[in-house]
Amino acid sequence: MDNFYLGIDVGSVSTNIVLIDEKNELIYKKYLRTQGKPIDIIKVGIEEVANKFGENRIQGVGTTGSGRHLASIILGADEVKNEITSHAVASLNVRPDVKTIIEIGGQDSKIIIIRDGIVVDFAMNTVCAAGTGSFLDRQALRLGVDISEFGDLALMSDNTVRIAGRCAVFAESDMIHKQQLGHNQKDIIKGLCQALVRNYLSNVGKGKDIKPPIMFQGGVAANKGIRKAFENELGEEIIVPENFDVMGAIGAAILGKEKSKSQGYTNFKGLDIYKKDYNVKGFECEGCSNLCEVLEIKENENTLARYGDKCGKWSF
Amino acid sequence: MKITFPHLGNVYIAGKAFLEELGHEVVPPPTCSRRTLEIGIKNSPEMMCLPFKVFIGNYIESIEKGADTILITGSCGPCRFGLYSLMQRDIIRNMGYDVNFIVLDSFKEGFKDFKDNIAKIIGSASLVKFTKSVKLAMKLIKMTDDLTQLSNEVRAYAINKKEVNMIMDKFYEKAVLTYGAKELIDLIKSIEEELRNVKIDKYIKPLKIGIIGEIYTIIEPFVNQEVERKLGELNVLVDKSLTPTKWFDHHVLSYPFGSKYENTKFKLAKPYIEDMVGGHGRETVGSAIYYKNIGYDGVIQILPLNCMPEIVAKSVLKSVARDLNFPIMTLVVDEMTGEAGFNTRLEAFTDLISKRKEGSRIKIG
Repeated sequence: MDNFYLGIDVGSVSTNIVLIDEKNELIYKKYLRTQGKPIDIIKVGIEEVANKFGENRIQGVGTTGSGRHLASIILGADEVKNEITSHAVASLNVRPDVKTIIEIGGQDSKIIIIRDGIVVDFAMNTVCAAGTGSFLDRQALRLGVDISEFGDLALMSDNTVRIAGRCAVFAESDMIHKQQLGHNQKDIIKGLCQALVRNYLSNVGKGKDIKPPIMFQGGVAANKGIRKAFENELGEEIIVPENFDVMGAIGAAILGKEKSKSQGYTNFKGLDIYKKDYNVKGFECEGCSNLCEVLEIKENENTLARYGDKCGKWSF
Repeated sequence: MKITFPHLGNVYIAGKAFLEELGHEVVPPPTCSRRTLEIGIKNSPEMMCLPFKVFIGNYIESIEKGADTILITGSCGPCRFGLYSLMQRDIIRNMGYDVNFIVLDSFKEGFKDFKDNIAKIIGSASLVKFTKSVKLAMKLIKMTDDLTQLSNEVRAYAINKKEVNMIMDKFYEKAVLTYGAKELIDLIKSIEEELRNVKIDKYIKPLKIGIIGEIYTIIEPFVNQEVERKLGELNVLVDKSLTPTKWFDHHVLSYPFGSKYENTKFKLAKPYIEDMVGGHGRETVGSAIYYKNIGYDGVIQILPLNCMPEIVAKSVLKSVARDLNFPIMTLVVDEMTGEAGFNTRLEAFTDLISKRKEGSRIKIG
């Protein structure tokens, strides 16, 4: 029977779980909303894997995303990797000649520049959420459009409305203004897609050497309107990989596989973890004026980990 | 007169001993913490640069501990640091604190002020004693800088990185409790001994990264999110382009010609920046090239949000990175900086350079 490798990407908006086989082919994928409860969602995901595949054939685990350390504590990961490396690994697995990766997720966006299969430069958005998935979600809601139809509607428009995309707050008020002027919905949606792309290219993509092949991934890549806007703006074909929504998790799984092979064993704690109770307790350490927020994770009665302190008094 | 001064990396350790040698009572500011920053943010103009806010926090926290005199250096360098002393004096006075400010400007800005201020610091000590103390202070600054750098080197190779952090924490904790130079020198020596005894893995081949950028954010660990420790924990050997030692060497000891090290940077930066662009903008560009020349694997530029000289350097560094094929990453810090994003970037950057190194090795081989 084949061995599987598990990859988990715990992001701010979604938690993605994938299983790959020895040839890095995707066997299973699950896209879950994190909803601010990463531990519960990881348990839900693992329970589904357990029900679907029965026995444990997982020989390696990799985690990524902003919740990668938490996921690693609970699952027992072989490799804990940042999102940049994970996304790059997954893209190179699909297209070994990829030169640029555009990744737009729920709350962050990144650009990764690759030459000869090696990451040579990258950038992530900082505090601004304009141009990310959450922003689009919100605007779709305001326009009364389902987010899944958003892209198709944009493609139907042949007359763009220019919307100020510099800042999420201004974009929203500008959009309302255009609505009040009587512009039709699909033109506004197309304008919004273009505003997002302009914002991305002048923020995250500023000064980066964007060369084809360009790959577009992350949840927002589902949006055809955005993809089209990128193609217009860059004048190049944009490739959206088949599993664009779980690329980070696939990358983590590949890295987990490599690590477990090189070390000869896996740290994975098994599929039963969903049956266990995890408690997270936070407290403010008053040892000094830093007032670090220390978090403690307990599995049933055993303390698994403590972290969050600057001095190392609590963490292990 | 109970003197205090703002934090500037580890300068407080030598600064305290120096002033104590001159017979002053010193109230060193408490270690920068979230509270320091909160006080600073609340009482500073919002768009002012981050060091300004931390300084304000330092003053207030020292005043709470009994300080009545604040000692800072002035500057007429074309960057907002030149405004610090005047604005901060007004802010502190408007907050209702009655404290003295001693602003050490270069004597070029008026010899009388310079003389008066130096006289205040000399106090009742003789000029001979003062000269001796200045020399001693330089020695102490160099010793603390060397100790910090030793900890960086040991951390890169250490099996248990936390051990190094704990030794250094102990040093900082004890340093404020010492009195005068002798006690401090003894402490530094014992800490050095401890660092040299940390178990290391000599098979670790650390990546070498230079930290460049704005001086305050480079040397103040609270502000740069302990970047030296974080990189050390990733098996990276860190070196800082600017340290208090290097600064004094250039601006005071080698005055007016400047130190050889800094002059080298100016020469290296010349194809990109010919003149001073304020602050340490030109040095930053020179440092990047310097680190490339001595075989480093990459550099990280750190600057406080909206620091003008460093923004100039940042845009120039893009060309430097391209021309020299050298990895350069810029990190901007301010009070909103999230730690998670910061760590992710550091990790991704070290991944990037280690992969690049492997890649180039494969091609050569």
